Amino acid sequence: MKQLLVLGAGTAGTVAVNKLRRRLPADEWTITIVDSKPQHHYQPGYLFIPFGTYGADEVTKPKAQLITDGVDLIFGEADIVKPEQSIVVLADGTELSYDQLIIATGTHPRRDQTEGLDSRHYGETIHDFYTLEGATRLAQVLDGWKGGRLVINIVEMPIKCPVAALEFMFLADAFFAERGIRDRVELTYVTPLDGAFTKPVAAECLGDMLERRQITLETDFMTMEVDGDQKMLVSYDEREIPYDLLVTVPVNMGADFVDRSGLGDELNHVEVDRHTFLSDDHDNIFALGDAANLPTSKAGSVAHFAVDVFVDNFLQHIKGQPMTGMFDGHANCFIEAGNGKGMLIDFNYDVEPLPGKYPLPGIGPFSLLKETAANHWGKLGFKWTYWNVLLPGRYFPFGPDMSMMGKRMPEAKSPRPLQTSRSIDWMQSATDSEPDQQLDHPHAIKGATK
Amino acid sequence: MNTQTIAGQSVSVNDEGFMTSYDEWNEDLGRELASMIGIEELTDDHWAAINFLRSDFAERSETPTLRRVTKVGGIPTKQLFVLFPKKPAKKMAYVAGLPKPKGCV
Repeated sequence: MKQLLVLGAGTAGTVAVNKLRRRLPADEWTITIVDSKPQHHYQPGYLFIPFGTYGADEVTKPKAQLITDGVDLIFGEADIVKPEQSIVVLADGTELSYDQLIIATGTHPRRDQTEGLDSRHYGETIHDFYTLEGATRLAQVLDGWKGGRLVINIVEMPIKCPVAALEFMFLADAFFAERGIRDRVELTYVTPLDGAFTKPVAAECLGDMLERRQITLETDFMTMEVDGDQKMLVSYDEREIPYDLLVTVPVNMGADFVDRSGLGDELNHVEVDRHTFLSDDHDNIFALGDAANLPTSKAGSVAHFAVDVFVDNFLQHIKGQPMTGMFDGHANCFIEAGNGKGMLIDFNYDVEPLPGKYPLPGIGPFSLLKETAANHWGKLGFKWTYWNVLLPGRYFPFGPDMSMMGKRMPEAKSPRPLQTSRSIDWMQSATDSEPDQQLDHPHAIKGATK
Repeated sequence: MNTQTIAGQSVSVNDEGFMTSYDEWNEDLGRELASMIGIEELTDDHWAAINFLRSDFAERSETPTLRRVTKVGGIPTKQLFVLFPKKPAKKMAYVAGLPKPKGCV
């Protein structure tokens, strides 16, 4: 018997074993999946918990119920992979051998990577919503909040579900307006990138979304530390942003065993081929989902499309044939906009998010890069699809390759004048102010006072 | 997409002035690009960062993050802010002729 060993029973690992069990003969292959936690979390649901839309029980199910018969589920934590011997050692010392290994242990927020985030202020004035515990605690805090400065900061890219921080701001704006205290809340979105929208077409279509909601934008902010006593975010270039409530999106990192096993990059994401997910160094190790260092979004939709391509490739690979499927980096994400509306983006390694209709060209029902009620209902309805269609690996009518059908390139703008010396646009932003100006208003940030 | 003449050479650039073709770059262009964003002299320390960005991009087809420059390239983040003030990720990419760091939208 040959052994397929899968580490991680999240979205990618679960879909992979459920699909592969149907395709791999039971008398030739055993499939074992290892995970440290008994509950599967529907992570896109975390976003709704702080605003009371979902409760914790609506986003969890026992993993044992989600893994198909014929797959062995072991609860344990990987300690190290020894590729030369083709074994995985678990934290309790158990050794599991494999013929083929899939690493699908995801990526996780790491507060310990930023000074001050892991302090006693966490859970009081510092919160997060990328964990079930954090999102649940934040719901209690927001429920009783009387107003003040709410700051959300993305410490560093890449993060999983990269639009969630923006969605959080849109939902917060609507939430406080509904409670009649929007005028007592200052919302500030802090990003290490040079804008909330950095792709040209998305920026053109959505660029005013923050301004319309009076959400202050602070760009190019590389968080150096969080001073919990002073309630202040501090950047490497010594900008300071005061908060009453900080909602942080910490550095995201893959599992530590990836690093210990010598398989990861600087963030412990497994280095693999971006089209086939095969390890750069080992012919019998793959990485799927957020655990892989693919240059596309870390998102459930990517994991789902990637596994579709992977399954056929894997069957070729174990027969010694070349893998013919090529993953294109396809991602498809709903973006909540607040007030019962949402947006949708669809893109891949080469094509940025474009406007149009999805999935049926010209018809939809979903609209790309546009706020509509249908998109909002699509996002809410996806939870059912996730549990009932996607995780079991059932037939899904949309294939993994991104389609250009239904998409349109906005008309080209008239060419901008060529930039000359000292007139580079992005050098002139407000955050480029000289240090002496900052000293005059040490705590003032652009637009923070209304 | 535009064409711009920098250091006497015609190169492809995007709307923000970032070079769009890896192979069109050379050190003279790097010096001129640096001067266009106010960095008048490129020291050995600047070149260490630029060279790391170039070689890492060649290998991974992605502009490395500040963390990667620090952890893999061995240049402390604080120093990157001294070398390329205020916006090191963007400025390094600009001078090295690589795409700026981007999000998904």
